[in-house]
Amino acid sequence: MKIWYKGWRPALVLILLFIIWEVSCRLFEIPKWLLPSPTQILLEGAAGWPNYYRHLTSTIGLAIIGFLIGSSVGIAVAIGLHLIPKLREALYPIIILSQNIPIIVLAPLLVIWFGFGILPKLIVITLVCFFPITVAALDGFRQTSSELMHYMKMAGALKKQIFWKLEWPYALPSIFSGLKISATYSVMGAVISEWLGAKEGIGVYMTLASSSFRTDRVFVAIFLIMVLSLVFFALIVSLERMIVKWKPKGDGKGRD
Amino acid sequence: MTKLLIENLSKSFGESQVLNQLSLHVKEAEFVSILGPSGSGKSTLFQLIGGLYSPDSGEIRLDGKRINGKTGSISYTPQSPSLLPWRTVLGNILLGGELVGETDEAAALDMINKAGLKGYENAYPYELSGGMKQRVAFIRSLLSPQSLICLDEPFSALDEFTRLEMQNWLLSVWEEDKRAILLVTHNIEEALYLSDRIIVLSEKPTQVKKEFIVPFPRPRQAALLLSEEFLHWKKKIYNELRVIM
Repeated sequence: MKIWYKGWRPALVLILLFIIWEVSCRLFEIPKWLLPSPTQILLEGAAGWPNYYRHLTSTIGLAIIGFLIGSSVGIAVAIGLHLIPKLREALYPIIILSQNIPIIVLAPLLVIWFGFGILPKLIVITLVCFFPITVAALDGFRQTSSELMHYMKMAGALKKQIFWKLEWPYALPSIFSGLKISATYSVMGAVISEWLGAKEGIGVYMTLASSSFRTDRVFVAIFLIMVLSLVFFALIVSLERMIVKWKPKGDGKGRD
Repeated sequence: MTKLLIENLSKSFGESQVLNQLSLHVKEAEFVSILGPSGSGKSTLFQLIGGLYSPDSGEIRLDGKRINGKTGSISYTPQSPSLLPWRTVLGNILLGGELVGETDEAAALDMINKAGLKGYENAYPYELSGGMKQRVAFIRSLLSPQSLICLDEPFSALDEFTRLEMQNWLLSVWEEDKRAILLVTHNIEEALYLSDRIIVLSEKPTQVKKEFIVPFPRPRQAALLLSEEFLHWKKKIYNELRVIM
């Protein structure tokens, strides 16, 4: 109920935007290949389901596998860097640099190296996904309350116990922030990787549509990507609610 | 029998010498308070006993065994409750034992009931009041298997009413199961009311300045706090501390 109560303002803006779009398209008689109106997009979206649904499932599969690999790598890297400070010193700058390589340039190279199979695609998604999680998790580990740390040490906790009983749970809310970002990135990453050359996927559907001037289908693809990202995001949020139960309800800052 | 024996303990951090040839002991089933001005190295002393640092020189012995720089030998209650926010009351209480590999859920539940926390076993710390949280922290260290309990100003964050209530509760629990307790405090009344012996520390570099044996019989009642004799003792210790401060 609360989401409807809070959500009416952005919903209203969206609806207004669509109305302006629709009216302008009709008023100025913009051709469909240049800019289709929302109703045309909606009609194509409904009628074209048999055309794009296998593309959709393929992208969903790719994004999920990529996200799982990317987030596992991200968490593993964060744990490694946290537990071995010297490794962090050595590798942290390189990890940041890895994010400055434009994926769009790297992707064709990956195809040259690894072919057209699933591997270069998973590498692209992993590269996009792991960074937000690594950074968020590292921050989470480092922000562990010094009071609790002092208690754990005085009570005789070993390094392993301190990590699993204190630092890991303490960092969970941060890790979930990273996961939320990565979940939405994973869809983008999947689409970009499909541009490299794939048999199916939203990325393929989109390329085919734009090269044949089916602009309405391009917009269908855009909306599919947006909806998919939102669904992924919502899934992570509900997972977080299930796992992070110790925060006072309705208050984001229950960590003290 | 001597539980904890500290001999000629010295510790410096960089230029400043914090502890200078400090010696003290705690006997079996004895409640000892350490009283000293702020910045007198009380926390450093605890960190050395807890094994977070090694002393520059001197010995710390527990049951005759040297525990210099060795963690996990004592049960510890810090100034703030320091409960893990993602654990329930029961989970937090079991933590102390868990770290050294021994948990007793039945004893924990029994203690929770006795402490008036029945029904809160599965509550998270954010749902508890300050006094309740501190009580959970006490139970956690009482149920830890180590034989020496170190309390680091555990009442200082509580209001006057809660403090007296908690002190009485602690005394009643302790009298049932007498273990060696070392309490650090800066509150004279608290030290007098709770302990068998009071050790007054000097300023830095810290040494033991004076020792008082508290003559009041046990079990002690709150009425003691207003008795003539109690005030007399309070004055005596106060004068001792005033020289330092």
